[in-house]
Amino acid sequence: MYPSRFRYESPRSIDEAIALLQEGGGEAKVLAGGQSLVPLLKLRFAAPELLVDINDLPGLGYHTVDPDGTTRIGALCRHADLERSTVLPTRQPTMAAAAPLVADPMVRNRGTLVGSLCHADPQGDWASVVTALGGHVVAQGAGGRRSIPMAQFVTGPFQNALGYDEIAVEAVIPAPHGKPAGGYLKLERRVGDFATVAVAVAVERSHSVVTRAGIALTGVGGATINAVEAAQALVGHPLTARTIGDAADLAARAAQPRTDHRGSAEYKRQVVRTFVKRILTGVNEPTRKAA
Amino acid sequence: MTGLYEEIREEPAADVPVRRVSITVNGAKRTADVEPRLLLAHLLRQGFTLTGTHVGCDTTNCGACTVLLDGQPVKSCTMLAVQADGHEVTTVEGLAGPSELHPIQEGFSDEHGLQCGFCTPGMMLAAKALLETNPDPTEDEVRWALSGNLCRCTGYQNIVKSILWAARKLQSQAGT
Ligand SMILES: Cc1cc2nc3c(=O)[nH]c(=O)nc-3n(C[C@H](O)[C@H](O)[C@H](O)COP(=O)(O)OP(=O)(O)OC[C@H]3O[C@@H](n4cnc5c(N)ncnc54)[C@H](O)[C@@H]3O)c2cc1C
Ligand code: FES
Ligand code: FES
Repeated sequence: MYPSRFRYESPRSIDEAIALLQEGGGEAKVLAGGQSLVPLLKLRFAAPELLVDINDLPGLGYHTVDPDGTTRIGALCRHADLERSTVLPTRQPTMAAAAPLVADPMVRNRGTLVGSLCHADPQGDWASVVTALGGHVVAQGAGGRRSIPMAQFVTGPFQNALGYDEIAVEAVIPAPHGKPAGGYLKLERRVGDFATVAVAVAVERSHSVVTRAGIALTGVGGATINAVEAAQALVGHPLTARTIGDAADLAARAAQPRTDHRGSAEYKRQVVRTFVKRILTGVNEPTRKAA
Repeated sequence: MTGLYEEIREEPAADVPVRRVSITVNGAKRTADVEPRLLLAHLLRQGFTLTGTHVGCDTTNCGACTVLLDGQPVKSCTMLAVQADGHEVTTVEGLAGPSELHPIQEGFSDEHGLQCGFCTPGMMLAAKALLETNPDPTEDEVRWALSGNLCRCTGYQNIVKSILWAARKLQSQAGT
């Protein structure tokens, strides 16, 4: 399979990349890891006139935690960089849990978190993680930079809020106020498959009382589901069997699964409930989690 | 030159720009003029006649086309050849010289790690990347590293054994 013809540019600076996107006037596409875009080009589901390859842009491969606790993930930080990260397990446990569950090792060596958010696949793993963590995307265009909260960034299946001449330069997770904990669990039929069901849970606690919580669901609706009520049920309380059970029930209710070849709607709902319980119980009893 | 376009049957139109790429393939510098839409797998196979890189699914699922890009396993069917410009690519042909076998190849031979052999180049390159960072992997770590490479024949058991065999051999070589 061959993509249709396009012009290819690999700019060395963001300004140059933005100028090229402007020149493309809506017929250009950004190429990051290519692990979603190249398959689409080969199937000719996408046929841009111009590809702006951002892989040669300097200084975008980072993932860092600022002194104030804000986490930033640059546009060229690969899934594999996050998988091997030494800072994430303690600073952003939900991200650390998700990274090895995205796709397969080769796709993780190329694909990027930011590209995954831009691709806005309703089945994508990172959208749930970033939603649960209350993150946002920083877009850069000719007029400068702007921050787009995750809830507004994805505007529909495979659609995002970027202007045609904007590049998503980083994803940002705000600093936790308490001690961050959480996880990501994914049910897949085989390695590299998209989620049958996946659940992202992120909580922050102060003196064992939950000060902030986020729960988001992958694969159980036409879009990433932000299970706000489920998360809210945890805030202001310590994690107990009862609060955990309530959150799990509310998350299962927020899911909108459909019966398909991956399983029945009722089964998927039950998996949501189980995953929320399992993650939060693991947070509560770290010794069990370590085992 | 024609070789590069063997599978894209249309000749490049006069106004289609080609780009000169220069890639270090198995240690030797190679250059080619390619259309940007040419995939790395095809440049390797048709352009450089390195047909050890197999194209199985062509949909980014099987890992048969795995090559090492600057030492990291990637799917060469899902990368444009122009993107490899200035980088190092290792294909299965680069594992060992013509008259010897790499320990990973010996392992596959000794432990019967292949049947039809279609997946084998990808498996061996994924294994090479693993053993370079983790010379003494557990069976689970081997399985994890191979989790993007599909085999329709062997059931994986002997592939895993082959790689563990190679790890032992490489370690004993390093020890001496
Ligand atoms: C076999 C296989 C299995 C997979 N399994 C999973 C999975 O289990 N879970 C999962 O979440 N994903 C999965 N993926 C998708 C993978 O995670 C991709 O890496 C990811 O969706 C896209 O990231 P990318 O960097 O490769 O983006 P690209 O493919 O380069 O781009 C994707 C889209 O986003 C746009 N874009 C990318 N970066 C930017 C930017 N910085 N600014 C503006 N626009 C941008 C592009 O123009 C394009 O439209 C899988 C892919 C494959 C091939
Ligand atoms: S041919 Fe590239 S992944 Fe199957
Ligand atoms: S040996 Fe035949 S596909 Fe693996």
